[in-house]
Amino acid sequence: MVYDAGHYDVIVIGSGHAGVEAANASAKRGANTLMLTLNLDMIAYMPCNPSIGGPAKGVVVREVDALGGLMGQVIDKTYIQMRMLNTRKGPAVRALRAQADKPLYIAEMKHQLEKLDHLTIRQAMVEKLIVEDGVCKGVITETGAAYYAKSVVITTGTFMRGTVNIGEISYQSGPNNQRPSVKLSENLEELGFKLVRFKTGTPPRIHSKSIDYSKTEIQPGDDQPGHFSYETKDKIIDQIPCWLTHTNEVTHKIIDDNLSLSSMYSGQIKGAGPRYCPSIEDKVVRFHDKPRHQIFLEPEGRETEEVYVQGLSTSLPESIQEKMVRSIAGLEKAEIMRSGYAIEYDTVVPTQLWPTLEVKNIKGLYTAGQINGTSGYEEAAGQGLIAGINAAASALNIEELVLDRSQGYIGVLIDDLVTKGTSEPYRLLTSRAEYRLLLRHDNADIRLTEIGYRLGLIDEERYQKFQTKLTLIKEEQERLQKQTIKPSDELNVALEKVNESHLKEPVKALDLMRRPEIDYSFITQFAPADKEIPNDVIEQIEIQAKYSGYIEKSLQQVDRMKKMEEKNIPENIDYDAISGLKEEAKLRLKEVRPLSVGQASRISGVNPADISILLVYIEQGKIATVS
Amino acid sequence: MNDDTIAAISTPLGEGAIGIVRLSGEEAVKIANRIFTGSDLTKVDSHTIHYGKIVDPKTDEMIEEVMISLMRAPKTFTREDVVEINCHGGLASVNRLLELVLERGARLAEPGEFTKRAFLNGRIDLSQAEAVMDLIRAKTDKAMDVAIKQLDGKLSKLIQRLRQNLIETVAHVEVNIDYPEYDDVEEMTKGVLLEKTTDVYQEIEKLLLMAKQGKILREGISTAIIGRPNVGKSSLLNTLVQENKAIVTDIPGTTRDIIEEYVNIRGVPLRLIDTAGIRETEDIVEKIGVERSRQALKEADLILLVLNNNETLSDQDRQLFELVNDLELIVLINKTDLADKLARNEVEQLANGHPIVSTSLIEERGIDELEEAITSLFFGGQLESADISYVSNVRHIQLLKQAMSALDEAKSAIDLGMPLDLIQIDVTRAWSILGEIVGDTVHDSLIDQLFSQFCLGK
Ligand SMILES: Cc1cc2nc3c(=O)[nH]c(=O)nc-3n(C[C@H](O)[C@H](O)[C@H](O)COP(=O)(O)OP(=O)(O)OC[C@H]3O[C@@H](n4cnc5c(N)ncnc54)[C@H](O)[C@@H]3O)c2cc1C
Ligand SMILES: Nc1nc2c(ncn2[C@@H]2O[C@H](COP(=O)(O)OP(=O)(O)O)[C@@H](O)[C@H]2O)c(=O)[nH]1
Ligand SMILES: [Mg+2]
Repeated sequence: MVYDAGHYDVIVIGSGHAGVEAANASAKRGANTLMLTLNLDMIAYMPCNPSIGGPAKGVVVREVDALGGLMGQVIDKTYIQMRMLNTRKGPAVRALRAQADKPLYIAEMKHQLEKLDHLTIRQAMVEKLIVEDGVCKGVITETGAAYYAKSVVITTGTFMRGTVNIGEISYQSGPNNQRPSVKLSENLEELGFKLVRFKTGTPPRIHSKSIDYSKTEIQPGDDQPGHFSYETKDKIIDQIPCWLTHTNEVTHKIIDDNLSLSSMYSGQIKGAGPRYCPSIEDKVVRFHDKPRHQIFLEPEGRETEEVYVQGLSTSLPESIQEKMVRSIAGLEKAEIMRSGYAIEYDTVVPTQLWPTLEVKNIKGLYTAGQINGTSGYEEAAGQGLIAGINAAASALNIEELVLDRSQGYIGVLIDDLVTKGTSEPYRLLTSRAEYRLLLRHDNADIRLTEIGYRLGLIDEERYQKFQTKLTLIKEEQERLQKQTIKPSDELNVALEKVNESHLKEPVKALDLMRRPEIDYSFITQFAPADKEIPNDVIEQIEIQAKYSGYIEKSLQQVDRMKKMEEKNIPENIDYDAISGLKEEAKLRLKEVRPLSVGQASRISGVNPADISILLVYIEQGKIATVS
Repeated sequence: MNDDTIAAISTPLGEGAIGIVRLSGEEAVKIANRIFTGSDLTKVDSHTIHYGKIVDPKTDEMIEEVMISLMRAPKTFTREDVVEINCHGGLASVNRLLELVLERGARLAEPGEFTKRAFLNGRIDLSQAEAVMDLIRAKTDKAMDVAIKQLDGKLSKLIQRLRQNLIETVAHVEVNIDYPEYDDVEEMTKGVLLEKTTDVYQEIEKLLLMAKQGKILREGISTAIIGRPNVGKSSLLNTLVQENKAIVTDIPGTTRDIIEEYVNIRGVPLRLIDTAGIRETEDIVEKIGVERSRQALKEADLILLVLNNNETLSDQDRQLFELVNDLELIVLINKTDLADKLARNEVEQLANGHPIVSTSLIEERGIDELEEAITSLFFGGQLESADISYVSNVRHIQLLKQAMSALDEAKSAIDLGMPLDLIQIDVTRAWSILGEIVGDTVHDSLIDQLFSQFCLGK
């Protein structure tokens, strides 16, 4: 029996990493928001590795934070280990990564959401969308509750018709034996969605007491742990180390001998898996001559003895998993607590979405997270945030947000998805970003805080703090630009010490800082600041001085890109009527329906001549469009 | 998107015709001005014509005397600033001009791009949109056709290989960035990166050299024989012609009644040119003045300067040396059958490293050595076998040069101590420029490479 259970502005289905950010953003924008999820004890649950961040992904966490999202603050409160990666490389690729305390992360996230105004949280299984005349008006749960809303966001992750596979065992299930979401998936199909099946996997978890750590190598956190959120204050906490060990020939032989029993190799699994997260079976098969593979042992939290065996994702039968694990140094007596498994699930072909993450054919309906073909907590969070912002926008008739490829990794991610689609679970990599020098983790606040403030996601106090930082950067840059450093014996001795050549002529302080071995602290010995300059300000000044040439080049490219991005394509354009276009280009353009010429130019199969023709066609205007 | 400035040769290519290099865009005037000595083009009125010289700012070398028409927006074909450089030279000099403006910041126009701009800027009537689109399609297809024809399988394979080298290197840098903790992957160092970039750089350099050779093979080495009266120039010409059973073509000269000869030296066609009437010339300076003779001689790929072994060096000889010193030059000391009166030391000094060959044309001695010297000057001694591929398409050559300069930037970034992830930007750029030659610019292949090359993941 269906009953009217209430009316909202926005409904978010799911409370994974996408769902929580969507709900948070929507509520913060003032939309009356309802979040429905299968299990309230599993909010922002991490079904796989207990870590957040890393190259590209870590930048996303900071972007989410700069737009008022939760992930950064919550991980800062609950991490057990923090490391800055790529410290010896350039500033564009430095990245933070945290080991998470999984149970604590869930508790903290749940509490953050519970404290929000405008947000209602409810445990429920959604089975059906209410769609009338191509407009989504609400959802119906398995208990017959009909919730109505102006917009709906689906973030149901790997639950969609999920199937868990362990050896020849296979059963319908969401991750970690949660209930799968079958009816909703079927409903999407009925509504005309194109769905494809993807797969991913996870390694076994083992009991810490059964590990002989003496045979492994310690991987401690940083002495001075950084943090993700621009709001978090520096603090030192007790960190918990990870441990490193390796597979060996014996491990590989066990895998080789039992390959046919793996769900992935027996043909039981058909979905496309991610190349960047291969199972151990894949690694052994594809890189047969590698004598060993790294295995990181990562604690799942402070108050648990469960340890995640990173590097050993598998769908071999349980009995083989045990043999395999025990062949590894330090794990000879390992006790498996949960088996590794592979999961297959439905995803929505993402070219069915606008860059706002709204579904092209159903107004008011948005999808975000793993359901869009991505993989990873951060990728989910970034999309959830954008979908939440835009669902609220459409419900309340306020400003939408689409980030372009120069504004954030989130922009790159979504543009890739909706423009190119994906043939495997999509993961962010720094190399996917053509302007990665601009998309640094240190400047996510500079890139996005203004937007966050304008959209009502960043409060006044934080915004003022941010303004102060900007002013400080500018003033200090100007000071260094004006102040001259003269050659002196003292200076030249100091230069020698850092392997730099002597100074012969006076130079501006800022120019001296462009030398590779000279940093801000060196400069202030000879041109001291008149006030205290915080580290994050110093960082900006150094980076902008040292890499100005490259930054300048990137900015020019961005300018060029933006011009193409500003050329809008009318929504009702009739590609078939454009005679000069190649057939393949027509097909792809009709499928993606790009909003701008810039977006069109990124579609594979659309070449520069097609773009020229398109430009001419648009310019001549209004003839031969579909009415 | 029309913020960049485009350039192309805008007359049908052909011998004799006036060649025009046309520029359109915001920077058109600035770019032309950078290589033009004459009036300051940035200051002159619109729709005016200027006489002057084109000079390569890098070498200060004078390239060509030209007429420049300058037309400022909006009253131009494209409604942008347009500059047309008119020159008299044949294919070679128009190409040279094009190269120069491309080096100075213009971009080679896409097929039909001037028309496209004219249209987009509202210069061409909307009703003609259809025609414009057809033109773009047709010109693109034709250019592709030509490009494909001019890029044979071997060359394409070679470029693919270079790209593969680059992308493997880039993938290596990338994997260190995206998977910093994987110790299975050895760390890419700047040393290795430098080595790999340099390798590819040199290969491209070789390709471009071969392109030059290919052009020579197609068009012949234009050669001028100069020297004082009676040193043996005519004898040299006749010897070469007879020796080599020359492919003699009787083309009546236009300036004077002379004959242009092609002779075949060990498979290399020598085109004995008549530049401004100075082929086999003894009184060039008197006739046209120092500066113009220098210019005229520059047209030649090769200068054969003949001296008489039986006489002392004269001021006229010295003056000739001065004229040709920075050109490809072979010095002939002829009449070695007669008594040595020529001061060898001074000749060597004046030759300044250019090869010197002793001959006696009467006794037919030294001809082999001369032929040897010619082939080694242009082909490093060994002429590649005939089936070798040459890059001949202007666009391809331009792209190769761009790739080289991207690699050059990468190399200097390494010197400057820039981090790998920034150096990588230019290496990737070189890779994608090369991709344009073989028609493959899909960015995702980097990611494919990453995962096929390395074993990554949880
Ligand atoms: C086995 C496994 C291995 C993985 N391995 C990796 C990896 O190696 N690397 C990596 O980056 N990522 C991995 N992931 C992916 C990562 O866990 C996800 O990308 C991320 O959690 C996705 O977040 P999400 O919010 O989109 O979906 P999820 O976190 O899956 O959340 C979905 C939410 O929707 C709710 N829900 C589902 N159906 C309904 C319904 N009908 N009604 C109401 N609520 C519903 C659920 O209760 C849940 O709250 C793995 C995931 C799994 C399951
Ligand atoms: N002894 C000798 N006489 C030569 C040689 N080469 C050319 N001559 C003679 O020098 C004279 C001038 O030669 P010519 O080729 O007409 O010289 P040009 O005025 O430079 O063209 C002729 O009588 C030639 O026969 C040589 O190698 N030895
Ligand atoms: Mg003569």
